[in-house]
Amino acid sequence: MQAFEYANPTTVKDAVGMLSAQWGEADVLAGGTDLLSLMKEYTHTPKRVVNIKGIKELGGIQKTSSGLRIGAVVTLDELATNAAVRSEYPSLVQAALGVTSPQIRNMGTVGGDLCQRPRCWYFRQGFGILGQDKNGKSLVQTGENRFHAIFPQAPAFYVNPSSLAPALIALGARVTITGPNGSRELSVEKLFVVPKTNKDRELALAANEILTAINLPPAKGIKNATYEVRQKQALDWPLTTASVALKMKGSTVTSASIVLGHVGPAPVQAKQAEAMLAGKALTPDLAADAGKAAANGAQPMSGTAYKVQLVRTAVKRALLEAMKQRA
Amino acid sequence: MANYNWPEMKTRAVMGKRYTRQDGLEKSTGRAKYNSDLNKPGMLQSAFLTSPYAHAKIRSIDTSAAEKLAGVTAVRVIVAAGAEVNYQSQEIALVAATSEQIARDAVRLIKVDFEVLPHVVKEDDLSKVGNRAKPAGEQVTGDPDKAMKEADVVSEGMYGIPVLTHCCLEPHGQVSEWKGDGVNLWPSTQNVTGIGPDLAKNLEVPATQVKVHMDYIGGGFGSKFASDRWGVEGTKLSKASGGRPVKVFLDRATELNIAGNRPSAFAKIKIAAKKDGTITAWDSVSWATGGMTGGGMPPIPYAFTNIPNRRLNHTAVQTNGGPLRAWRAPNHPQASFLTCAALEDLASKLGMDPLELFAKNVQYAPEARRETYLHQLKKAAELSDWSKRWHRRGDSGAGPIKRGMGIGLCTWGGAGHASTCKATIHPDGSVEVELGSQDLGTGTRTIVGQVAAETLGLPLEAVKVKLGDNSYPPSNASGGSTTVGGVSSSTRIATADALDKLFAKVAPSLNSTADKLEAVGGKIQVKGDASKSIQWAAACKKLGVESASATGSNDPRNPKGLNTQGVAGVQIADVSVDVETGVVKMNKMVAVQDCGLVVNPRLAESQVLGACIMSVCGALMEERVMDNATGRVLNPEMEFYKLAGIGDIGDIVVHMDIREENDKRGIIGLGEPPTIGGIAAIANAVANAIGVRVPSVPLTPDRVLAALEERRSA
Repeated sequence: MQAFEYANPTTVKDAVGMLSAQWGEADVLAGGTDLLSLMKEYTHTPKRVVNIKGIKELGGIQKTSSGLRIGAVVTLDELATNAAVRSEYPSLVQAALGVTSPQIRNMGTVGGDLCQRPRCWYFRQGFGILGQDKNGKSLVQTGENRFHAIFPQAPAFYVNPSSLAPALIALGARVTITGPNGSRELSVEKLFVVPKTNKDRELALAANEILTAINLPPAKGIKNATYEVRQKQALDWPLTTASVALKMKGSTVTSASIVLGHVGPAPVQAKQAEAMLAGKALTPDLAADAGKAAANGAQPMSGTAYKVQLVRTAVKRALLEAMKQRA
Repeated sequence: MANYNWPEMKTRAVMGKRYTRQDGLEKSTGRAKYNSDLNKPGMLQSAFLTSPYAHAKIRSIDTSAAEKLAGVTAVRVIVAAGAEVNYQSQEIALVAATSEQIARDAVRLIKVDFEVLPHVVKEDDLSKVGNRAKPAGEQVTGDPDKAMKEADVVSEGMYGIPVLTHCCLEPHGQVSEWKGDGVNLWPSTQNVTGIGPDLAKNLEVPATQVKVHMDYIGGGFGSKFASDRWGVEGTKLSKASGGRPVKVFLDRATELNIAGNRPSAFAKIKIAAKKDGTITAWDSVSWATGGMTGGGMPPIPYAFTNIPNRRLNHTAVQTNGGPLRAWRAPNHPQASFLTCAALEDLASKLGMDPLELFAKNVQYAPEARRETYLHQLKKAAELSDWSKRWHRRGDSGAGPIKRGMGIGLCTWGGAGHASTCKATIHPDGSVEVELGSQDLGTGTRTIVGQVAAETLGLPLEAVKVKLGDNSYPPSNASGGSTTVGGVSSSTRIATADALDKLFAKVAPSLNSTADKLEAVGGKIQVKGDASKSIQWAAACKKLGVESASATGSNDPRNPKGLNTQGVAGVQIADVSVDVETGVVKMNKMVAVQDCGLVVNPRLAESQVLGACIMSVCGALMEERVMDNATGRVLNPEMEFYKLAGIGDIGDIVVHMDIREENDKRGIIGLGEPPTIGGIAAIANAVANAIGVRVPSVPLTPDRVLAALEERRSA
């Protein structure tokens, strides 16, 4: 780990002021479950680390006129045990509990879940966010890519690592981002961008902006669920996730939102599958068909063909799980 | 002369009882200090510069900037300019400094000019390894071609098991201090007695000048016998730093890359059989790697060693990976998996219950094991509900969750190693036994205490067991399941001889002679006559000022009937596979294991439990992932080098095969045997569940789904 200056601000304004306009100069520390590993591996070598866990306004979950505001430093455990979240957003609770390490749930934050860096082993070994050799050739495409994308966006073949993002996108959540010029809002799906070079970042954040809150619209009457395919019960990264949110009229789906995680550099909205459900009563057969449709257009690499099946299964099971909920 | 024979099974008071491990409280409360926890006054930290390349020549190396960094006390170049490195993470230089951070910063200041050379890091496809293939020749027994031709059925399959890495939770390393003409060493080792001489020969100091101490070890599994490069270089750094102690423990990535690699094994296997399941021929083409030394042939056909017609072709493959190290049952889990998987495939082809097929072919096992296997197959079947749960290949039930059962076998030696014990009975009645051995976490401290207490007629807590220091009498390294036989036998002999000396002092007061006395229930009495007795404490007072002390040895060439070798075991796995996700879930694992006389059934069961968990990891999760393009290990951490957690292991049922006839054989080691058959059992259970063989372990969702997909498209 490279030596660094440690800052412990108590307001967002101070924190933002301590960041740099250039990437790489300073890093934001929340739970630290990802940042510390990145620093130990010299993947991140910030000159300054700005701890935001001491900023009160970044904590807490509050009901607002437009739904629920979740502070960026709320831990995954706080999220999963919060009564308001549990009553309306089961898909979010399921997604948080998919982080099967109690230690990470206790330390890791919702903001950190969205801002963590990809788990791509080429990235983690120093070959850049795109995992390229020194000639700019992808190491992922011809290499060991079993945990990588089936919906790649060349030159990016890694998968977005967030556990919460698919559920948040399906629920129509937005994030608040604060920088030197004040705050702005962005839908969660717009938070993720695809880098074109190894110098680019994968988040629509400037280097001196902080993700400060997540704002969830009300989900009363919206059936929602997350199904995560993961090999282990103990700490393990998801192989594929599907989150669904269904607006219902009686037993008929009026509109559906289906979002896939861990299959592309950003969460993938399964539009064909969504369209297939609109105006129909959800049955197990329809759920299976929607699963198949969700995998349409997949472009598996040498090691990722199995994820096509995982998408089918995850979507089907998330839909069936949502169906079980009382309206 | 004392009688060393083990007391009759039914008369034992301390041996054979289920004591919890004596150091359990220390370990579970964190009071136990491992050598990697050591912080000695003035101690220096260290960091390695390791190779980022799998194969390269070092054109030049410049350590001057590192040496100048404030806080750096010494730098050692391990691979000099002009020499080659042969695997990623190979040690190139080691830096000692006043803090770990400074040592790491200094490493980054070392300038190395590498000439990158071609590498081969993958061996799963033998056709792609070029001249790295080193054929080991063909072995033919009988007439396999004729037998294949005449067979009722021939079953063919391809099976693979990758390189695994030991992943010890306490990494390899030591604190060492080279002061004056002597070295103090606090290592993490399976070899307290032997590591000093091993280090000494590399330092050119007399072996007697290396003092070794280790109370606890956080995992070794066969990978921690030698002083290793870190031991030698770390100790030299201490000398170069004015004799200050230097701590060198590998970081996680280096630990996984270079401090333990179990060789892989791949094989195409053909088995011929009669309709009734009797195997008539075996033909295998196998290959393996364990780094640049290649990889030897696993002992196949395993357990069924006497199949009459056999052809074996093996190729060692040299790869640019970390060097192989012994792993709990070297080459046996691989051999058991290859063999038992091929047998299960044969049973499926014959439409036969594999339990029946295994039993039928037990005739090919070494004669001494046949009856045991038959007994154990029956017991394991009973405990796993085999007759109710087993079905023909492919669970035909509705829904995506398919359940299946599979069998794996083991065999191992496990004779006691050379061990010396000094037992001392003090005039105050206290008892000490000292051995230059080590407790790998298996309970050696506890069972040594039980043997001593049994021999002296005392409760377990009356005996103080001292291990982990090379000032105690020598014992061999703990490897190959040799410890329990060795230390129990030497302890038995030493304590019996010390007791004899006490008897001689006590006999006159009981109007008897030493040979007519016995120590029972905290008293010394005339054999069979409790009315002529003296309490232990009173008896020991008669020693005056001189303790009664004796040294006893286990001589592996003449173990006096106290220990022996040769065990068998059967494991049955019961799994559920989600065929829509490829995720395999353990329902239950049954392990039936004999190991002769069992000193402590609880600790023995605990050994087997650990071994079953290890098998779950090996069967479902563990794999060193190598990258062709970069030559690197892609998962040298514990996120993608996957290990099971509590929720992943299912229900484990251990049945120690404790029977009079096994007990009579004496003590036999248990470390390796239960680690052997589990991978085979789980892989076979998955094939039974989903109806198709997944050729290579670990049985990860991608592999399981690929096998199902291949069958669908076939």
